[in-house]
Amino acid sequence: MAKSNEPIWWSLFSAGGVVAAFLIPLHIFLMGIAWPLGLVSLEFDKVQTLLANPLVRLYCFMLISLPLFHWAHRFRFILVHLGLKSINTLLAVLCYGAAIAGTVVAGVMLWA
Amino acid sequence: MKPYIRPMPRDWWLQRLPYLSFMAREVSSIFVAAYVVVFMVMLQRISQGPEAYQTFLDSLQSSLAILFHIVALAFALIHTLSWFSLTPKAMMLHIGEDRVPSGLILGSHYVAWIAISAFVAWMILKS
Amino acid sequence: MANNAPNGTIRLEIFRYSPDKGEEPKFQTYEVPFREDWVVLDAINYIKDELDGTLTYRWSCRMGVCGSCGMMVNGIPKLSCSAFLRDYYPNTIRVEPLANFPVTRDLVIQLDDFIGKLKSIQPWIIRKDGEKPVSEGEYLQSPAEHARFKDFSMCINCMLCYSACPVYGLETNFLGPAAIALAQRYNLDSRDQGRSQRQEEVASHEGIWQCTFVGECSAVCPKHVDPAAAIQQAKLSSTIDWFQEVLWPWGGKK
Repeated sequence: MAKSNEPIWWSLFSAGGVVAAFLIPLHIFLMGIAWPLGLVSLEFDKVQTLLANPLVRLYCFMLISLPLFHWAHRFRFILVHLGLKSINTLLAVLCYGAAIAGTVVAGVMLWA
Repeated sequence: MKPYIRPMPRDWWLQRLPYLSFMAREVSSIFVAAYVVVFMVMLQRISQGPEAYQTFLDSLQSSLAILFHIVALAFALIHTLSWFSLTPKAMMLHIGEDRVPSGLILGSHYVAWIAISAFVAWMILKS
Repeated sequence: MANNAPNGTIRLEIFRYSPDKGEEPKFQTYEVPFREDWVVLDAINYIKDELDGTLTYRWSCRMGVCGSCGMMVNGIPKLSCSAFLRDYYPNTIRVEPLANFPVTRDLVIQLDDFIGKLKSIQPWIIRKDGEKPVSEGEYLQSPAEHARFKDFSMCINCMLCYSACPVYGLETNFLGPAAIALAQRYNLDSRDQGRSQRQEEVASHEGIWQCTFVGECSAVCPKHVDPAAAIQQAKLSSTIDWFQEVLWPWGGKK
């Protein structure tokens, strides 16, 4: 029936949008603003203990992979909207390909 | 009798405020992805040991890094607010003949956002 | 109150295009009396009657129901019968034909593309085994079932949403806001069984998947149809279809 394979990309885009909306602002604030200003501490031992927990690793994997697919989808359409409609397929391959590569790298870093 | 076709100008998104804010919303994804890359670098440094991690943390204190994170946070918030505001449209829920008011869906998203952020912050910061 | 500026006038810059003269389009400025209770369409009717009979445009009901007087008013698609002069006075008002459509003459656009798209989504109730004879009575529907699609059924085909949609402006193959909202109106109707037929158009590349949720279609809609919401809901249900087909292929087509 539905010949388009867009649903797979759209569902990853949507899941990434939800993850980014709920979680990314806090992480940017804690790591990039609160820490440099001396408001919080992020000691190595604490962070390492956290990462030893398999659920935290899974959380980090989702936090990386899904927002990358979110970016890939939006970035592809930003370029289409700026007039690159003619190379839409190439853009899709490059953008989703980058998100897949990032996902693989994250998986290797967290579990290999 | 040939019709006149008006081509879409390439800078169409600069010509009206709603289009510009649409573009800002879409561009927010670039900053979200850029931060995700920084997050991946952090994981990499952690796996290399305490010294590499400390060097990474020190590099976050440069004014350029702080500026990047402030801009990234601004765009991340644009994403959060716009994502929440569009969600009631994608979820049209009815109870009987009445539509669930969009304010209720929106409000529950904000409550959940605060609760989740507080929980994650507590997990990271508890000693 | 109605004539509190009896001697005032207001200027309108109107897009003029004449296909038979082979000239480029130009803007022509007219000065018309300013009246507190006049809308842009009143001013244009005044021009046609008193100043320049060659000005060409479409209109009919003057009350926001027929959907034929859509124009760009200062760059925003509006029903010209609902755009009051007093909201622009004393500035000049620029009036153009609806954006994203080919211009036939002056403020008249070609709507063949839109009409074709409306037909393509089969906007009528489809029954799998054909409609039952009138003697067997009507298909009943509860108020709650009616409420599910009521908002999407208010469309007057004024095409303001297509004019506001940059995706349609960039790619006229896009099925577009009103047609998808109308498809959704029938898909959500409890009496209808034609969703899978409409999906051929709606869930295609030229259908919902081109939309990036700019949202201006809903912002300009004079009837609060909210086509952007219809498209998002169609994306969601088409995605569920897709996963069902991939993960549960033996489940059979609906």
